[in-house]
Amino acid sequence: MSQIICSAAIRGAHKIVDMAEEKYEEALKKYGPEQEVAFPNTAYFLPIIYSMLGAKVETIGDMKDIFQECRKLLPPQVTSNLWLPYLAPALDAGMATFFAEEMYEAIRYLEHSEFYTKSEDPTDSNLWLGAADDVIFRKRGVEFVDGSAPGFAAIMGSPADKEMASKIALELQEKNLYIFMHDHSNGISMPEQLVDSGVQVGWGTRLVPFGKSYTTAVFAIGFACRVAMAFGGIKPGDALGNLLYNKDRTFAFVMAFGDVSDEWYANAAGAINWGFPTISDANIPEVLPTGVCTYEHVVSNIPHEEIVQKAIEVRGLKVNVSKIDIPMSFGPAFEGERVRKDDLFMECGGGRTPGVEVLVSKDMSEVEDGLVTIEGPDIKDIEQGQNLPLGILVEVAGREMQSDFEPILERQFHHLINYIQGIMHMGQRNIMWVRIGKAAVEKGLSFTHIGKMLHGKLHQEFGAIVDKIQVKLYTEVDKVQEVMDLAKSTYDERDKRLGSMTDETEEVFYSCTLCQSFAPSHVCVITPERVGMCGAYNWLDGKASYQINPTGPNQPIDKGECTDPDNGYFTGINEFVNQASRGAVPQVSCYSLMNDPMTACGCFEAIAAMLPQANGVMFVNRDYMGMTPSGMKFTSLAGMAGGGAQTPGFMGVSKHYIASPKLLIAEGGLKRVVWMPKMLKDELAEKLQQRCDEIGMPELFDMIATEEQGTTEEEIVAFLKEKGHPALTMESAV
Amino acid sequence: MAVKRNGCEGCADITCVSSKQVLAQDVSKGVKTAYDRIKARGTSACLFGSTGTCCRHCNMGPCQIIDGVEEMIGVCGATAATVVARGFCRTIAAGAAAHTDHAREMVKGFIETAKGNSPHGIKDVSKLMMLAGQFGIDTEGKSVNEIGVEVGEKALSEFGKQDDAPLTMLKRAPKKRQAIWKKLGVEPRSVDREVTEMMHRTHMGVDQDYRNLMLQASRCSLSDGWGSSMLSTELTDIMFGTPEPIRAQVDLGVLKKDQVNVTVHGHEPLLAEALCLAAQEPDMLKLAKQAGAKGINLAGVCCTGNEILMRRGIPVAAGFIQQEMVLATGAVEAMVVDVQCVMQSVAQVAKSFHTEIITTNYRAKMPDAVHLQFEEHDAMGSAKAILKRAIGNYKKRGKCFIPVDTKLDVVVGFSHESISYQLGGRFRGSYRPLNDNIINGRIRGVAAIVGCDNYKLADDVHEKVAKELIKNDVLVLATGCAATSLGRAGLLRPEAAREFAGPGLAEVCETVGIPPVLHMGSCVDNSRLLIAATAMVEEGGLGEDICDLPLSGTAPLWMSEKAVAIGQYFAASGAHVIFQNLPTTGSKDFHNYITKEHEEVYGGLWEVEEDPIKLAQKMIAHIDKKRAELGIDKKRERVLFDMEMRRDLGGIPDAGCHGPAAE
Repeated sequence: MSQIICSAAIRGAHKIVDMAEEKYEEALKKYGPEQEVAFPNTAYFLPIIYSMLGAKVETIGDMKDIFQECRKLLPPQVTSNLWLPYLAPALDAGMATFFAEEMYEAIRYLEHSEFYTKSEDPTDSNLWLGAADDVIFRKRGVEFVDGSAPGFAAIMGSPADKEMASKIALELQEKNLYIFMHDHSNGISMPEQLVDSGVQVGWGTRLVPFGKSYTTAVFAIGFACRVAMAFGGIKPGDALGNLLYNKDRTFAFVMAFGDVSDEWYANAAGAINWGFPTISDANIPEVLPTGVCTYEHVVSNIPHEEIVQKAIEVRGLKVNVSKIDIPMSFGPAFEGERVRKDDLFMECGGGRTPGVEVLVSKDMSEVEDGLVTIEGPDIKDIEQGQNLPLGILVEVAGREMQSDFEPILERQFHHLINYIQGIMHMGQRNIMWVRIGKAAVEKGLSFTHIGKMLHGKLHQEFGAIVDKIQVKLYTEVDKVQEVMDLAKSTYDERDKRLGSMTDETEEVFYSCTLCQSFAPSHVCVITPERVGMCGAYNWLDGKASYQINPTGPNQPIDKGECTDPDNGYFTGINEFVNQASRGAVPQVSCYSLMNDPMTACGCFEAIAAMLPQANGVMFVNRDYMGMTPSGMKFTSLAGMAGGGAQTPGFMGVSKHYIASPKLLIAEGGLKRVVWMPKMLKDELAEKLQQRCDEIGMPELFDMIATEEQGTTEEEIVAFLKEKGHPALTMESAV
Repeated sequence: MAVKRNGCEGCADITCVSSKQVLAQDVSKGVKTAYDRIKARGTSACLFGSTGTCCRHCNMGPCQIIDGVEEMIGVCGATAATVVARGFCRTIAAGAAAHTDHAREMVKGFIETAKGNSPHGIKDVSKLMMLAGQFGIDTEGKSVNEIGVEVGEKALSEFGKQDDAPLTMLKRAPKKRQAIWKKLGVEPRSVDREVTEMMHRTHMGVDQDYRNLMLQASRCSLSDGWGSSMLSTELTDIMFGTPEPIRAQVDLGVLKKDQVNVTVHGHEPLLAEALCLAAQEPDMLKLAKQAGAKGINLAGVCCTGNEILMRRGIPVAAGFIQQEMVLATGAVEAMVVDVQCVMQSVAQVAKSFHTEIITTNYRAKMPDAVHLQFEEHDAMGSAKAILKRAIGNYKKRGKCFIPVDTKLDVVVGFSHESISYQLGGRFRGSYRPLNDNIINGRIRGVAAIVGCDNYKLADDVHEKVAKELIKNDVLVLATGCAATSLGRAGLLRPEAAREFAGPGLAEVCETVGIPPVLHMGSCVDNSRLLIAATAMVEEGGLGEDICDLPLSGTAPLWMSEKAVAIGQYFAASGAHVIFQNLPTTGSKDFHNYITKEHEEVYGGLWEVEEDPIKLAQKMIAHIDKKRAELGIDKKRERVLFDMEMRRDLGGIPDAGCHGPAAE
């Protein structure tokens, strides 16, 4: 009965707000109102409060108004007879709960800075990660956006035993969901159960231990709020927009194990505001009528065996899980899983042995669909620690297959092989590296499973292009060498073809709305020399995707006439953008930061920003958490570069574009680049040096500053002067 | 000696326990009620009058018309259809005029309030802003009171404007509905003008085509529902507060033995609100104490009662049908009346007691009553003068009988706005849960039970209709004396959902914590139902117009002409409206027009049914018909969303794609 639930939620909310307010009063006394408070490295302040009320809580003093808001939201207790309506008051109480818990947790960060690990993985001494910072959030948020993660399960408490915990975690992983874990039941938490069972927890496996108290539920909800703001274009303070965005697009739910306390009810009531229902294993009342959530609001008494299935059904989620007939679990949730030294059974490639993977197209008659062969010893034939060379040769045929598509299909190997639980794949082509864990071997892993999986998945994803797929695996050195030779000539040919493919040689560019489910208002334009700003999608991907699904997210754009080769204005592109934005963006340049720069979604890999004093351009990648010479960190710059609006001087870009010959031609290209984080410079070193050589300034590479030279414009300018950086003498870019 | 006075020949039994108890007391021996008068009159209603075929529109008659008898048309040649139509149209005009005159007073009172000339203030600023938006008023840099004055003046000009542009509030209706009105040419142009034109067209020798007459009747009724009544409700809300759920009590037992009982009867809440304020003033309380009373107990009767009930939780002692019973207790020091539905008999009933009937409005006086004019510019002064008189009477109170055990708890105050809030809270308020649960069949549909009480049928008709509806999972919205009657029946308690509602409706009521019957205000507040119906349309999933909704309305015990005006504005807005009788059966053509042809034109229609259970079943039949038309009569499969479907959700308007700093 809803009355019981709402009464409990309102009671719980009162307790939580009281508790948090007491904590606040103490902190106020101890630190004073000016004391800064924050969740670690985020530009979204306390994200629930920020997204719902538009209020930035930056100091303890800022909390006063929010507590007043909580008090306004807190309704009187529900009476046992002649009650006034309680659903709405309970939802409001749930909201007050979240506001109070965010402030409570913020004070906890202040008081115990080491309470949470603030990392992607647990440490040896601490299981609890705490709130996702913006680096983790953006990286993971992209998976929500591109569809590889449909949502998350916010788990309260723990199942009865560790076996069940692992089983439920695995099932949720197989549905591609993130699993956010909070609180404990009878002192035992689910992450503890998982670790105890040898399951890897951390962001990489999507099994995220947020915190051991129910108040950390705000880390899960705050994540959802940030997805809406960063990718959905929902403005801070647009509470309804944020809540409906999440109801329609983020398929999250609360899964509660064990007795439900008043405090848990309060959190569950809060989550319903976002359309996130609660599924419980306990014998508590249910709320089945629909409306605030898409379907039921509270469903209870579900046995552990059925709870995952029930949860996704209640949330209204369809997960298109492809059945791959291998003995290991398979799915994106296992992509980030690592095979550590202690777990390692054997490895291939990666400098230990020769390793290579290649995909080539053949004539229809030359391919026998479904054929998977292995020449040489399989895993069952070797001892632990005995490494093998590995050659993976995939031959495909199809009426729609083009050689241009080969690298696209081949590039899938990395994540597809990683999707297999117990296998770790790094690198690509002839620098590939496969590590195989003991657990996978115990389950009966064979190399042929990789073949079967590739056959199944490539058919699934590229069925419109390929009709037949056969996979040949080799684990004997001479055979692997043969594949290696074939691969090298294939790569050469391919690289030559790709290298000659420029914005001038192709008449058609591609639009990309792959992220439309989460970023509904943004359209990318992808050219051969300008990869999508997410870094994940290049021109060939667009082409192949259009081939696969002619009404899909990638549509060809006839580029039209190039009216300005420096800025990169194309008549066709402008027409398209003008129409797609309903006139809001009449034209975009393809190669300029200052003139009509491209608009951005929230999922760019890096940001280009103008530094007026240095007369140059800096780049910062989203993994870099430090300060930049622009005076802003990545997270703040992200706000400037996004917005769906053109902000000259700020633009989202892919890392790839930084080394593109079409880089900011209007501003003078690579010569304009004055700063980037060292980690980015190292990553791009080879390509950047090559570009420096190409433009006849091999010394330019060393003139580009990093944080080692400074993180203020003054420091950078001094360095640039010392090195004689060309930007200083170029015409003013502003 | 107890007197048995359970109704009489010609009228139905009294079932109401409190009425029976009061009338059975010695104290009330000398009281004559409507029941007694029906008996005393000894005649039954005139057949021509009852069927609408008595024409008194000129001095050649009166002419009694018999449909189908060639000789029995009017002296002027008017057919049964014309005569019935004229009568029906004039009833509508009179009803609309009553609402309109009430509304005008409220608008004028609102303007004075905004100017600071009343004890009231502007309580609901967001509603004021909403109305300012509707009127296209530029609010930039203006104070709340300045905006209030502008809104008030714009509203007032709607009553008498002379151009042909449609009334402003019409644009709040669903787009499709507006198009139908436009196409038919029935968009009201001004409130007073439509009443005047209706009166003109029903004058001898003007409009003699019943279909054409009914076009004007629709226009006239719409000027009430979407015009004056709506403006009245909205401005009253802005001034006195938009109702929110509140606990209160109804029935005669709310009178207090040891307090000065002042009942407020009539319709306009301006006076009642002033009385509420005055009754809390220390000087008034001191006077009451000096008179030996513990306090001043205000209690409502009829729709004034509903106004202060839902805004302030002031109890309602009686609906229309009990106005004599409340006096028959002998415990009322003064009954303060203004306009509409006040029986002339109350002054006679009062003669048996110390009770004074105080008329307060120059438009509504009666013999044997005291007249104390309510002066808007000195509202508190007027209110205190009235209270002083009542307090003065307290010592004169003789024997009295208050049926203390018969008061019932109610939860009232379901405005359109509060329903939206209750369905989702401050952040997610909307009609979505209502629509969703109608679509999934937990709630079969929505029924409105509105209007008056009437001695012609049993006093438990509202209860029977409502119980049949909620048993069949139909959510009931109630206004006016019907709502009071349902309160007396215990259906406005949230517990009633568990006791009387079908499983689906009960589950939804349980989820939200609401009664199965929602009290939405007084009879002028039926405009709230129009807005609620529009909100359901706009929420989506239940068609594009009010006529698509699984919705039906009834005034099963209608008495006042206002009820017919309300019925017509609902029918012309696309609703199914069912009354227990109508003076239209004297013309087959006309009756056929309003009960059949009307639906083809407006999507809404009239129906007639006397038996309460059958009446409810006809409402359910209409609801089921609409469910079938919407295709929601069958069980639907749960839709599960994959990524592809989420992409197809489309863009969010005006949303950019951005990060935190871009505000």
